[in-house]
Amino acid sequence: MPLAQTSTAVPVVVDDALCIADKGCTVCVDVCPLDVLRIAETADGTKTAYMKYDECWYCMPCETDCPTGAVTVNLPFLLR
Amino acid sequence: MDDILDGIDQIDCDILVIGGGTAGPMAALKAKRKNPDANVVLLEKAHVKRSGAISMGMDGLNNSVIPGYATPEQYTKEITIANDGIVDQAPIYRYAEECYGIIQELDQFGIRFQKDQNGEYDVKKVHHIGTYVLPMPNGDTVKKALYRQLRKARINISNRFMATRLLTGEGRVAGAICVNTRSAEFLVIRAKAVIMCLGAAGRLGLPSSGYLYGTYENPTNSGEGYSMAYHAGAGLANLECYQINPLIKDYNGPACAYVAGPLGGYTANAQGDRFIECDYWSGQMMQEFYDELQGGKGPVYLKLNHLAEETVSEIERVLHIVERPTRGHFHEGRGTDYRKQMIEMHISEIGFCSGHSASGVFVDRNAETTLKGLYAAGDMANVPHNYMLGAFTNGAIAGTEAVDFIKDVDFANFDMGEVDKERERVLAPTKRDDGIPPNQIEYKTRRLVNDYLQPPKVTAKMMTAQARFEEVRHAMETEMVVKDSHELMRALEASSVMDCADMAASASLYRTESRWGLYHNRVEYAQNDEDWFCHTIMTKGDDGKPSSMKRDVEDYIVPLDEADKVAYANQRVTADTVAAE
Repeated sequence: MPLAQTSTAVPVVVDDALCIADKGCTVCVDVCPLDVLRIAETADGTKTAYMKYDECWYCMPCETDCPTGAVTVNLPFLLR
Repeated sequence: MDDILDGIDQIDCDILVIGGGTAGPMAALKAKRKNPDANVVLLEKAHVKRSGAISMGMDGLNNSVIPGYATPEQYTKEITIANDGIVDQAPIYRYAEECYGIIQELDQFGIRFQKDQNGEYDVKKVHHIGTYVLPMPNGDTVKKALYRQLRKARINISNRFMATRLLTGEGRVAGAICVNTRSAEFLVIRAKAVIMCLGAAGRLGLPSSGYLYGTYENPTNSGEGYSMAYHAGAGLANLECYQINPLIKDYNGPACAYVAGPLGGYTANAQGDRFIECDYWSGQMMQEFYDELQGGKGPVYLKLNHLAEETVSEIERVLHIVERPTRGHFHEGRGTDYRKQMIEMHISEIGFCSGHSASGVFVDRNAETTLKGLYAAGDMANVPHNYMLGAFTNGAIAGTEAVDFIKDVDFANFDMGEVDKERERVLAPTKRDDGIPPNQIEYKTRRLVNDYLQPPKVTAKMMTAQARFEEVRHAMETEMVVKDSHELMRALEASSVMDCADMAASASLYRTESRWGLYHNRVEYAQNDEDWFCHTIMTKGDDGKPSSMKRDVEDYIVPLDEADKVAYANQRVTADTVAAE
């Protein structure tokens, strides 16, 4: 039974220009109660945080604890 | 990160606390303080810094028993009545006696409680009888304050480990089997005592938005505590007494009558009229809410648009910063404003949570379960309506009692074959190349919960649920596939959700009467005190399926008189109550 790759719009958005994952910061990844954020390499080789799994309680520790204000928590579209 | 690695390690500790949310940190702190030589391990599947139901904090204490405002007798009476009398009063009374000490301790941690001009606690009345609600002006700092204390006390914190089964031997608890959520490596922890603080079963019903994680409870609380206690042979009480809450529709966060109520806000029908006397959550209140929705006077709303600007701003300040801060974003997105219109409310999906109802892993006044050496506290333990302060207080009780217990015992022997069996169960979805992912297993289970288990409860529907759950369980056990260790965590959670769904159906079928208003409204049966004024205790039967028995309600410590008993029965606003205002 093959698996499909279905797209979903994720609620947590990270501003790459502000994110300091490149300097070793993993605050948002650490504090998420559902552990849905990860660090990825961008096209120009720098690192940035992103939402890997669409399993969000829109609870806000990632946004509140981010030292540079790079993270925004939107509500998932289904309940907006 | 997230690769599936093969590995197993073993550690020993005196006391293992599972769950780093609210009750768990307090249990670990109290145990360590009482016996600084004890090796206390605090296990958490996320990170203790921000895990659990109060991840972003809490706006107040719902159930503080503060000398001068309320007495343990009065509180015990109120909670007994609010739960139709089916409670053992001893744990409630002990909570009521000890919670003030915990408030003072939290105060020392830097968590402030609202005081009036005279420096007295500014306690508000929300319940029917007594006055227990105390706002917390810096309630957003709770988790940070707890974390500081844990570091100071040098508690061994193990983040990213999820317990999957308890180990037992010699008739008592022997430890736990755990798996790393980012590597799938195993950790076997031998412990002389285990304290379970794993929160509610918040992912049982499916929210009406259809978003799996848009639950009332923090969805990380997916019922592992109930499932593990069950498989270890501990008893679970009154699981048919579901949690159902009145919420902001779609947002699915609490409407917070406890915040808005004392400032003049209330729950209203589409005409803007009050229809319930008291916004304190109880099964009877939820039944009235349900009736209003069904009876043509709905939708139901949170009404604040009659209040003065300063009052609304104050309510917003509290509600949009603490507990569920995205609530402000939600209203902004919808273009709704408390000043201009009433805010639509709805009833939540079902769940298990003693924080707001009366079900959970059975515990006595020492927070001990029916399995020796196993303690439980917080939303998963059946001390009714215990909320955040109950989690702290009962966590503290569990921690100190566990220290006494380990004095005279060594590690219990267990069968290593159990570990091998559990590894095989846990890793099965990693061994398949294709199949059904955990999110689809979980969605189907929870959709069936909504279709067949939501009250009003009907026998034939619940039996259909059992048959369909069996099909989904079969698929889960033979076809579920995961591609990384994160998905493996979700697969294990799907399995807990399935166990809780089975328990919900079985418990609801066993009690052949109606009780607790909407929570256990079995339309074919009326309330029947003669046969059912008792607890129901569920254990895992010899056939591996849930098995229930009755258990007497213990003699009351605080007697009720006849007039008290009906205080929560008459919830609907009548012509008399309107005239009295």
